[in-house]
Amino acid sequence: MRDGTMETWDVVVVGAGPAGLAAATLAGQAGASTLLVDENPAPGGQIYRAVTETPVKDKRILGADYWSGGRLVETFVASGAEAMHGTTVWSLDPDRVLGISRGGKAHLLQAGRVIVATGAQERPFPIPGWTLPGVMTVGAAQTLLKASGILPAGRTVIAGLGPLLWLYAAQVLRAGGTIDAILDTTPRANWIAAASHAPGFLLSPLWRKGLALMKEVRARVPQFTNVVSIAAEGEGAVRAVTFKIASGLERRMEVDTLLLHQGVVPNVNLAMAAGAKHVWDDRQCCFVPVLDDGFESSVPGIHIAGDGAGIAGAWAAEERGRLAAIAAVRALRPEASLPDDQAFRQLLSRHERGRAFIDALYLPPASFRVPEVDGTVVCRCEEVTAGEIRKVVALGCEGPNQMKAFLRCGMGPCQGRMCGLTVSELIATERGVPTADVGYYRLRPPVKPIALAELAQLPAGDEATKAVVRL
Amino acid sequence: MSIGPRTADVIVIGGGIHGCSTALHLARRGLSVIVIEKDYPGRHSSGVNAGGVRQLARHLAEIPLSVASMEMWEHIEDLVGDDCGFVSHGQVLVAETEAEMDVFRARVGELNMLGYTHEEMVDARELKRLVPAVSDTCPGGVVSRRDGFADPFRTTQAFRKAAIAAGAVFREGVRVTGLVRAGGIWTVETDAGSIEAPKVVNAAGAWADRIAAAVGEPVPLEVIAPMLMITSRVPAFIEPVVILRSRKLSFKQFPNGTVMIGGGHLGRPLRDRNVTILDWVKLSASAQTVWELFPVMREATIVRAWAGIEARMPDDIPVIGPSRVADGLFHQFGFSAHGFQLGPATGSVVAELVATGRTNVPIDAFNVGRFSN
Amino acid sequence: MLKRLSEALPAAVTIRVDGQSVKAAAGDTVAAALLAAGIGVFRKAPVGGGARAPYCMMGVCFDCLVTIDGVGNRQACLVSVREGMEITTGHGKRSVSA
Repeated sequence: MRDGTMETWDVVVVGAGPAGLAAATLAGQAGASTLLVDENPAPGGQIYRAVTETPVKDKRILGADYWSGGRLVETFVASGAEAMHGTTVWSLDPDRVLGISRGGKAHLLQAGRVIVATGAQERPFPIPGWTLPGVMTVGAAQTLLKASGILPAGRTVIAGLGPLLWLYAAQVLRAGGTIDAILDTTPRANWIAAASHAPGFLLSPLWRKGLALMKEVRARVPQFTNVVSIAAEGEGAVRAVTFKIASGLERRMEVDTLLLHQGVVPNVNLAMAAGAKHVWDDRQCCFVPVLDDGFESSVPGIHIAGDGAGIAGAWAAEERGRLAAIAAVRALRPEASLPDDQAFRQLLSRHERGRAFIDALYLPPASFRVPEVDGTVVCRCEEVTAGEIRKVVALGCEGPNQMKAFLRCGMGPCQGRMCGLTVSELIATERGVPTADVGYYRLRPPVKPIALAELAQLPAGDEATKAVVRL
Repeated sequence: MSIGPRTADVIVIGGGIHGCSTALHLARRGLSVIVIEKDYPGRHSSGVNAGGVRQLARHLAEIPLSVASMEMWEHIEDLVGDDCGFVSHGQVLVAETEAEMDVFRARVGELNMLGYTHEEMVDARELKRLVPAVSDTCPGGVVSRRDGFADPFRTTQAFRKAAIAAGAVFREGVRVTGLVRAGGIWTVETDAGSIEAPKVVNAAGAWADRIAAAVGEPVPLEVIAPMLMITSRVPAFIEPVVILRSRKLSFKQFPNGTVMIGGGHLGRPLRDRNVTILDWVKLSASAQTVWELFPVMREATIVRAWAGIEARMPDDIPVIGPSRVADGLFHQFGFSAHGFQLGPATGSVVAELVATGRTNVPIDAFNVGRFSN
Repeated sequence: MLKRLSEALPAAVTIRVDGQSVKAAAGDTVAAALLAAGIGVFRKAPVGGGARAPYCMMGVCFDCLVTIDGVGNRQACLVSVREGMEITTGHGKRSVSA
């Protein structure tokens, strides 16, 4: 708007994964002016990435769960809500003004209510050599498969723990690809912990499905269990992976591609930059937002739905999205016709029930969350190592924000996405205090770098420069 | 949290650069000091400002403190055991028009008459030599060659550390809830119990008006949130800090190549929540200015933006000196977005005032009584 | 080391990478197209100069930064290829990098 007034929407939903699609659909159907914004070229988020456009047409390869995402997109398209794809949200403030960027142009929007559905990202997996070309996350490899029909060629090893490992490996095998080994870091103790949390889960269809996947993969891929350390080696690209298992056995395998995965964690940057209070969750070992039962955060008018509210998977994300949308629309338009939330709450409960088991079984061991080898890069952007952080804690640095006096850790373009959890836990370990006491980076917008040129051309109001302080 | 001494010779409220500096100088004079800081040193203005170490373009009343501080900056490592990231390539105030040059010339003339020589006029040729990236049409400017910049968070933490090493006690995460004087002693109430001392220094930054009000000495303090941006790394193109007064721009490039853009545009502070809200329209104006004046910056991206919570006085100069209504209380606040460089010397002056009752450095212009006329 | 699924025979798009023509599939992100074409290094890390390539493919790691049509520091995993797109990597060429 060249005259400086901002576009206004009743509800802006950020993120077109299952939570965002479900939320925007419900809000649109209820008659609220609703905008869904997502930085990817097409809807689906990560889990349903490219579901409307994937070149992998044989449905057996990606599996039925993936294809169920298509239904979500269809319903959204029919809902009356609008969508902006390929659009990055770089700022959200407590007044619910959003800074967005699309096609190289930045704009500001005003929302009545915001639902942040930016989902999850993979937990950082800091091992020696993890910054080498050819080392990627399993999620990255899966994105290449879903969106472009690309498979790893050459020698490929997958390492870590969690259901995604097995799903991806099965998808590769079904597509005619090969995986040379799986290095499973699930500690024996996790099995005991998981079984004690929810013995009933072992009888559930979800677990049986998981077991079937593991069986499908293990039949064709060698697996090493109880892996306790991993390192990637190479100059300019990964050439080999070395690892050790609990029994003491050490191996070195030559590889062209090393895929890492140790679960997912909430993608907190936008929500934290907007001021939403987050707390440490001991069960999932990550920071999660403080929310009420309408999924409203500590910032009035800003809701958080989906995995960003705590990891619970795609089906739970849909129900959370719907519940957040009901709360958001009701607050803006009390007269709007909204569905009853009971059914959604029941479904949500059901989907969340299995989490205790999964969380316990797939909690990555501390040695993989906090690197033991001092030379391991923790902050990829600024190349700060675990050893450098340990030294700084020994000098009296108490938390991630105080580290600025010493190191550039967390000050690069990724804004702590790749190092934040590692740093918080590392400092806590060194200080001998709970991670909850250490806290997380203080995040500010822009949550994604914005080109100077784009910011310069932001549509401005008449009095762009009001009170200025004499320096 | 309620362990530690409950009495001292002096209580300093506020652990920013000023509170830490005063604590350091008091401790080195042999006085026992307790600093009460509601967050941690450097959490607010002191730790998040642009780091300018500047004598350039100051209000006349501030110059003696600024010059004295500059001496300390040049030996900062001796003072606090850390070089604080201080680099000195000068600061330059660029004139874009002849009219501006005239204004600058008059000012420099006035300073010279008062015996100050730190500001020098430069012509177009010298300006271009100092700042090659500046436009050829600029007729010249003013340079203060000893000026530069430092790392504000690192500096504040260094002062804190040195103060502790000298014997000062820091109570962090502790908030003052009230203060009361009886029988020649101040009782400072906090959320972790009360502490007593015959003397108190109010160095509470953007919250200093509350301390002043609590003793019956209200001050017209305005809470502001000056905004800053920092870019991705850019190939080295500028050494001195550059200020363009009429464009509301200040500009510096760090040794690692990143560029900090400031200029005094204000966001919105919410001081009770330790939160600021950025004004993107104003930041856009800064970005526009940079884009026009420095083509080499056109590929840069803004990686982070922020604002500090700062105190501003109506006449843009601080409040320094004894309270007019309460014995044993000394003010040291209201630095109006340009207090960082003044930290080292102001702490020394206030410490001297607190310890001996007098100081040779002229601070009358900063007296708290000036608002009640 | 990557290869395309034989069943994925999408419409081809030609892009230019560091001056060379590269065939990509419509619907590829720039990152996917480069990786599939065997371009294994996208940039040099600014501090130590080490080779970097995509790690996350979802916009959080910032290791896939390249210059696209003259605009630097773009996340290649978030941009779809277009016919005639000009891409410059930070590898083998001095450039402004984040």
